[in-house]
Amino acid sequence: MSKFFTSSIGQKFFMSITGLFLMLFLVVHLTINSLLLFGDGELFNRAANFMSSNPVMKIIEPILGIGFIVHILYAAFITLKNQMARPQGYKVANKSKASWASKNMFILGGLVLVFLVIHLANFFWKVKFGTVAAITIDGRELHDVYGLVAGLFKGWWWYNVIYIVGATFLFLHLTHSFWSAFQTIGWDNNKWIGRLKVIAYIYATIVAGGFAFIPLYFLIKYVV
Amino acid sequence: MKIKLNIWKQANAKAKGKFEKYELDDVDAEMSFLEMLDSLNEKLIKEGKEPVAFEHDCHEAICGCCSLYINGHPHGPGKETATCQVHMRSFKDGDTITVEPWRAKSFPVLKDLMVDRNAFDKLMAAGGFISIDAGQAPDANANLVGKIDADKAFDAAACIGCGACVAACKNSSATLFVAAKVSQLALLPQGKVEAKRRALNMVAKMDELGFGSCTNTGACEVECPKGIGIDFIAKLNREYLCASFSEAE
Repeated sequence: MSKFFTSSIGQKFFMSITGLFLMLFLVVHLTINSLLLFGDGELFNRAANFMSSNPVMKIIEPILGIGFIVHILYAAFITLKNQMARPQGYKVANKSKASWASKNMFILGGLVLVFLVIHLANFFWKVKFGTVAAITIDGRELHDVYGLVAGLFKGWWWYNVIYIVGATFLFLHLTHSFWSAFQTIGWDNNKWIGRLKVIAYIYATIVAGGFAFIPLYFLIKYVV
Repeated sequence: MKIKLNIWKQANAKAKGKFEKYELDDVDAEMSFLEMLDSLNEKLIKEGKEPVAFEHDCHEAICGCCSLYINGHPHGPGKETATCQVHMRSFKDGDTITVEPWRAKSFPVLKDLMVDRNAFDKLMAAGGFISIDAGQAPDANANLVGKIDADKAFDAAACIGCGACVAACKNSSATLFVAAKVSQLALLPQGKVEAKRRALNMVAKMDELGFGSCTNTGACEVECPKGIGIDFIAKLNREYLCASFSEAE
C-alpha cells in the first residue's frame, strides 16, 4: 500500500478521484449559476448567500481547494515524469489517431487554471475578502452577488469573451477527463468505453455550454 | 517505383546519430518493407558502405522483432500490421519514407534502427508467468475455463511484445503491454493464484524501468499490430487497485 502513492497507477488514481470530485462540483456550481438567468437576481442572491453561509459548505470549501491543489500538483508531476520517459523525440511527429484533447490535457488544464485565477479574482476574492454591496431581502442583509456578476458582465464585454473562451477550454478538458477518470479507476470495459465517451461529450457540452451561455446571455441582453 | 529514404543512423549506443538520405530506383511494389531494406543494404554493401542495421526474424508478425517507426507510425501504415507485413504498394512512386527507431528512455538505441527491448524481459521476469510444477500434461478438462474468459485471455495473449505501444505513446508508457500480460493470466485459473502479486510487481517494475504513465490517449491500441484494446488497461487498473487495497500477500 505504501507504494500506491508513488506508483504510476496510484498517482493517476488520485488524479481521477479529485477530477471526479471537481466534475461533481462543476454541476453544483452550474446549477446555482443558472439562477442568474431567472428574474431580477433575487433568486441567485438567495442561493449564493445560502452557499457562502451554509456550515456544510464551510467544510466542503477547503476540501474543494485541496481537490484542486492535489489535481494540479499531480498533473504537473506526472507530466514532467512522462516527458522524461522520451528524452529524444521523433523527427516525424506521431500520427497515431488519438483525440487532440487527450494529447494536450496538461496545456488545456493550464489554460483552465489561468481562467480560474481570473475567475477567483473577479468573484470569490471579492465576496470573501472584499467589499460587496449589501442588499436587503426579506429584512435580511445579504451580499449583492448578482450585482457583482451582472456589473462585470454588463460593464466590460471582453470579460464575457474571456468567460466564453474559458468555458471552451473547460469543454475540451472535460471531453477527455470524464471517461478517462472512469478508465483509470478501472470502471470500464470494451462495452462501456464507447458509452462513457458519449456521456463525456454530453456532460462536457451541458457543463461548459451552460457556463458559456451565462456570459453570452448578458452579452446579448445588455451589451450588444 | 522510386523511393527516397530518410533513415536514422547511429554507430552504437553511445554515438550521436543522424538521419542519412538514400534513394532506391527499382523498388517492386510487391516487395515487403523489409525486403526493400534488404535491397538497400545489398546496394550499400556493393558500394562498400555500412549497411543499415534493423531487427527482424519471423516475417509472420508473431515474433515482435521488427520494430520500425515509419512516417510517424510504429509499424508503418495499415491497421493491425507489424512492419514485416507492410508492403511497398502502401507507398507511392517518389515517396520519401522516414524510418526511425522506437524512441523511449527504456528502449535505448543499440545501432541504427535497433533498440534494446530488454526492459520488456525484465517486466516479464517481474511477474509475467505462473509458478507451477511442470510435470505431466494435465487432463484437458482438469481446469475448466469459461468460453468468455478463454476468449478474452486469448485476445490479451495475442500480444507479441513488440513495443509499438511504447513507441506510439506520448509518454512512452508500457501500460498496454503490462495490461495484456496481467489480464491474460488473471483471467485464467492457473494465473489467478498470483494475480495480486503480479499486478503489484509488474507495475512497480514498469515505473522503475523509466516508462511513463498512461494518460488514456488510446494511441497504443491504434498502433498495436495485434489489436490489443485499452479495455485491458482498465482491467489492469482494477487488478492493481484491488491488490493495493487488499491485504498484503
